[in-house]
Amino acid sequence: MFRWLAGRVVQALLTLVATVIIIFVLMRLTPGDPLGELTGDRIMTPEQVHHLQQLYHTNQPILTQLLAFTKGILQGDLGGSIHYGGRPVTQLLRERLPASLRLGGSVLLLNFTLGLWLGMRQAVRQGRRLDRWLTTLSLTGYAMPSFWLGSLLAWWFGVRWHILPVGGMHDPLLPEDATLLAAWIDGLRHLVLPTLTLSFVTIAATMRHQRSALLQVLQLDFVRAARTRGLTERRVVWRHAWRNALLPVLTLFGLWLPILATGSVLVEYVFAWPGVGQLAAEAIGGRDYPLIMGTALLVSTLVVLGGLLTDIAYLLLDPRIRLQE
Amino acid sequence: MIDPLREAWAPVWRTRGGRTGILILAAITLVSIVAPWFLPAYWVQEFATNAAPGAGHLMGTDNLGRDLMARVTWGGRVSLTVAGLSVALAMTLGALVGLTAGYLGGWVDALLMRLVDGAMAIPRLFVLLLVVAATGKVPLAVLILVLGTTGWFGVSRLVRGEVLRVREEEFVHAAEALGAGRGRVIFRHLLPNSMGPLLVAATLAVGDVILLEAGLSFLGYGVQPPAPSWGGLILDARPFLTNAPWLSLFPGLAIVITVLSVNLVGEALREALDTRSLAADTPR
Repeated sequence: MFRWLAGRVVQALLTLVATVIIIFVLMRLTPGDPLGELTGDRIMTPEQVHHLQQLYHTNQPILTQLLAFTKGILQGDLGGSIHYGGRPVTQLLRERLPASLRLGGSVLLLNFTLGLWLGMRQAVRQGRRLDRWLTTLSLTGYAMPSFWLGSLLAWWFGVRWHILPVGGMHDPLLPEDATLLAAWIDGLRHLVLPTLTLSFVTIAATMRHQRSALLQVLQLDFVRAARTRGLTERRVVWRHAWRNALLPVLTLFGLWLPILATGSVLVEYVFAWPGVGQLAAEAIGGRDYPLIMGTALLVSTLVVLGGLLTDIAYLLLDPRIRLQE
Repeated sequence: MIDPLREAWAPVWRTRGGRTGILILAAITLVSIVAPWFLPAYWVQEFATNAAPGAGHLMGTDNLGRDLMARVTWGGRVSLTVAGLSVALAMTLGALVGLTAGYLGGWVDALLMRLVDGAMAIPRLFVLLLVVAATGKVPLAVLILVLGTTGWFGVSRLVRGEVLRVREEEFVHAAEALGAGRGRVIFRHLLPNSMGPLLVAATLAVGDVILLEAGLSFLGYGVQPPAPSWGGLILDARPFLTNAPWLSLFPGLAIVITVLSVNLVGEALREALDTRSLAADTPR
């Protein structure tokens, strides 16, 4: 088991190396010049251009840059952002991460409570009207562009009915001496629309996963045995079947880790949510090489980590897999 | 693609979702092709700007007085073409890489699959933005190319898996023993066996690409104006959400209905061909 685990970790690390190389090459192959974005239309003397190139190492061979970047990663240094006047990328990411975690976390919470419950109801009532309606509803959400749903919700709830704020994370007019409760409620109100938007377009994944997992379990012998013993259907589902259907769904959790970090670039954009997704979009627009690498690396690390954790969770939770080893 | 399609047609048609999806898709395609002939050209401006939907203009007019229905149906042509072509490209690339990795095995396989793993760990919108945002305005052909070359990673894994499963079967060994070359084994025996899963993946990918392209166009990096696209129309409609909400409503509905029916067909196909899902649960 430990050998397997070690192999799996090595594989994850190799994947990360591949990711770094791919992003790096992609960034350099595509046209665009970060210093051009920085200087704009100003006329620069060759000395000034040279100075900037020296400062951000853009005139060195690609391989040297790649090596320098890798060395930086190992030392926990992702370089300085060009657009943000040389501020460390790690610092920028640290500033933006809490916003993304707040949005991503609440989406995750909703999807893994409501989503699981709905998926379970669907499995129990398979083929009936409730199941069909929920399937249609969740697939409709899945087919919906998040930015479109977001702007419509913002229009209805914000502009038309004045119920909820349409952008940002806090009310800038909130008085300095506002009570903790007031600030908390304010934050919560700002969270509602982005969370609903992102959740509605993604919840189909959890619902359908839970539905099919539970349907599989409901066909197994031990469920039939429980039914023949005369247990109520509710007891069969809740005490016996559901637990066993939980495993495949919990492992889905790992796949969702990335949205914790980026939310969704589009939803953050629509709701002016100051998270990592928005930072990434800015960085790409401005050809801010170090910042692009930083955000990409953060997200990819979470994807790889998510996959790794999923595998480990399987190993720990499912004794059958351990016995096979 | 022909055999599994013929095989799957009847069972897909028999399911409620599959039939609904096929019918709606056919209708949307037909309307996209035919409707622009009967509507004013999408760039023609009239005096009535931001006119509400009514008899003259079924979907109203936009801020420049252009008929919205003309723009939505033209946008349909653009979005569907982009989706169809880029998915075809992605499937071809994915099949080629998957066949190569699965058949050759060894270090080729290991290297290719590590790279695919690495590529899959980067969110696709991120890669697209990286490539497209550099130039700002990209021609349609480049957009199709970029969407196609970033969409094959999962497919290559899928095809590789199928190849590994089939490669050691008797009929493949028999073909090899009879002196069939690598190319013949790959394209006559291994590829046809991967067609079913490939077809399912292609269908579901069409829905994904329509959404992705809409997102890119919404950020201003996709299909470039004055050419209309569904995502671009929603972007154009943003400043007028309060006084002309239909400008955003109709293109959005077009996306939802199209993607929903594509996915319904995909789900029905998957059940008919009994293939496992291709990471359909990756969050966007």
